[in-house]
Amino acid sequence: MDILIQQIVSGLATGGIYASLALALVMIYQATDVVNFAQGELAMFATYVCWTLLGAGMPYWAAFLSTLVIAFAGGVVIERVIIRPVENAPILSIVMVTLGLLVICNSLAGWIWTYVQKPFPSPFSSTPFKVGNIVFGAHDLGQIQVTLLVLLCIYLFFRFTPLGLAMRAAAHNPVSSRLVGIRVGWMLALGWGLASVFGAVAGMMVAPVLTLEPNLMGGVQIYAFAAATLGGFTSPGGAVLGGFIVGVVENLVGTYVSFIGTELKFTVALAMIIVVLLVKPTGLFGSTVVKRV
Amino acid sequence: MSVLLEVQELEAFYGRTKALHGVSFSIVNGGITTILGANGAGKTTTLRAISRMVRTTGTIRFESKPLEGKATEDVVQLGIAHAPEGRGTFVHLTVEENLRLGAWGRRERGRLTDDFERVFGYFPVLRERRRQAAGTLSGGEQQMLAVARALMLRPRLLLLDEPSLGLAPLVVREIFKILKTINETGVTILLVEQNAALALDLADHVFLLETGRVVMDGPSDVLRQDDTIRRAYLGY
Repeated sequence: MDILIQQIVSGLATGGIYASLALALVMIYQATDVVNFAQGELAMFATYVCWTLLGAGMPYWAAFLSTLVIAFAGGVVIERVIIRPVENAPILSIVMVTLGLLVICNSLAGWIWTYVQKPFPSPFSSTPFKVGNIVFGAHDLGQIQVTLLVLLCIYLFFRFTPLGLAMRAAAHNPVSSRLVGIRVGWMLALGWGLASVFGAVAGMMVAPVLTLEPNLMGGVQIYAFAAATLGGFTSPGGAVLGGFIVGVVENLVGTYVSFIGTELKFTVALAMIIVVLLVKPTGLFGSTVVKRV
Repeated sequence: MSVLLEVQELEAFYGRTKALHGVSFSIVNGGITTILGANGAGKTTTLRAISRMVRTTGTIRFESKPLEGKATEDVVQLGIAHAPEGRGTFVHLTVEENLRLGAWGRRERGRLTDDFERVFGYFPVLRERRRQAAGTLSGGEQQMLAVARALMLRPRLLLLDEPSLGLAPLVVREIFKILKTINETGVTILLVEQNAALALDLADHVFLLETGRVVMDGPSDVLRQDDTIRRAYLGY
């Protein structure tokens, strides 16, 4: 029983990371119908930026916040400079552009910071937290808190601010949005900025666990895809819940199903993607989109 | 009376297809003008050209400022509100959110309370449906929402694309009565309509479009008596 609870909590902790990245994927998908395959690599890049700032002697939370600002600006610039020119191109062309971005980010990080693994600090104390016989990792708990805080902020932003409203409008109905005077192009760029921020949070939270290297987010991105598919690519709330579910399932299956163990854990995510697509392609909370072609 | 909008030799294109072949007309401040015409005559395209949603040649001047080369968003900021064909409802958002968005392009920021009161005064049903997703409204209510959303801009010029389409006659009459009231508060209206009898009653000036050209132009009282209009558009 104790082990079960421990595994669930640590599953929720990694699940929060998948949730953040899944939310980033879903946000861009909703606004532009494009899956940004480079999302994870952008997050990795942001984590390296944070590592560099920390190396320069900046205190952790200052470096954390500066990284979020840089990630936001980076996301906006990438949308304006790289995505904007292909905005009206066929969907496959845009997908190829994001794949290219993935490769560029990955190689650029390797070129600047080398492929040697680097330890990345956790802002949370290393003494575990005990309730009765159950031991929780302090980083796990802190990570859950950070994720929930970010999710809360973004919920409040989209639900209660005029800018959040305009971004939702631009994503759902660009034509009408222009007719009320919303600059739809800029709303998309802001969307990319925010998505990079979620990615950066995910990267900085997962790096202390996995250690920092250019392929940091490769696996995480697959899990995030599983989360977004499970929750539904059209539902931000669903993607977040999907992230937590994938995290917990992955952990429990790894612990209790002996033939899977840690080696085959990764396959679970891929299996989940396939099962969801076969059984309920829109995901748990997604809505069916009917398109006239 | 001063000229609010002046359109000269307007041609509009969808890809290589030309939809308007040199349309010229002007609208004076404070009136209600209607564009009549059959399907495909270019009525909607004319409105879309003013809102810069299609590629055009020729000139469009609003308060003597040229609109060519401006983006749709900038045209809105000048005070031209457009309730488009199909109503353009933000179906996922609530009625109130739809109205808030209507005020997005407004120059003067300020509080929206007065504006809400004003549009709820015109369309009380929207107040009841305030927190409801706009996609769940009936066709008539969505049309009221489209007009209300446009009014949130506090526009100088209101472009309306077939507000009667698909609605019950009673609802249409109600909406047209309110359009008259709105006009009396100083909003100039340019109305595209297939329901010619109704449009002629409301408007004080009429243009007749046929295959992308203005073929007739005059006060509605005069055009109502015209034999061609009577036979082709009023059906008696």
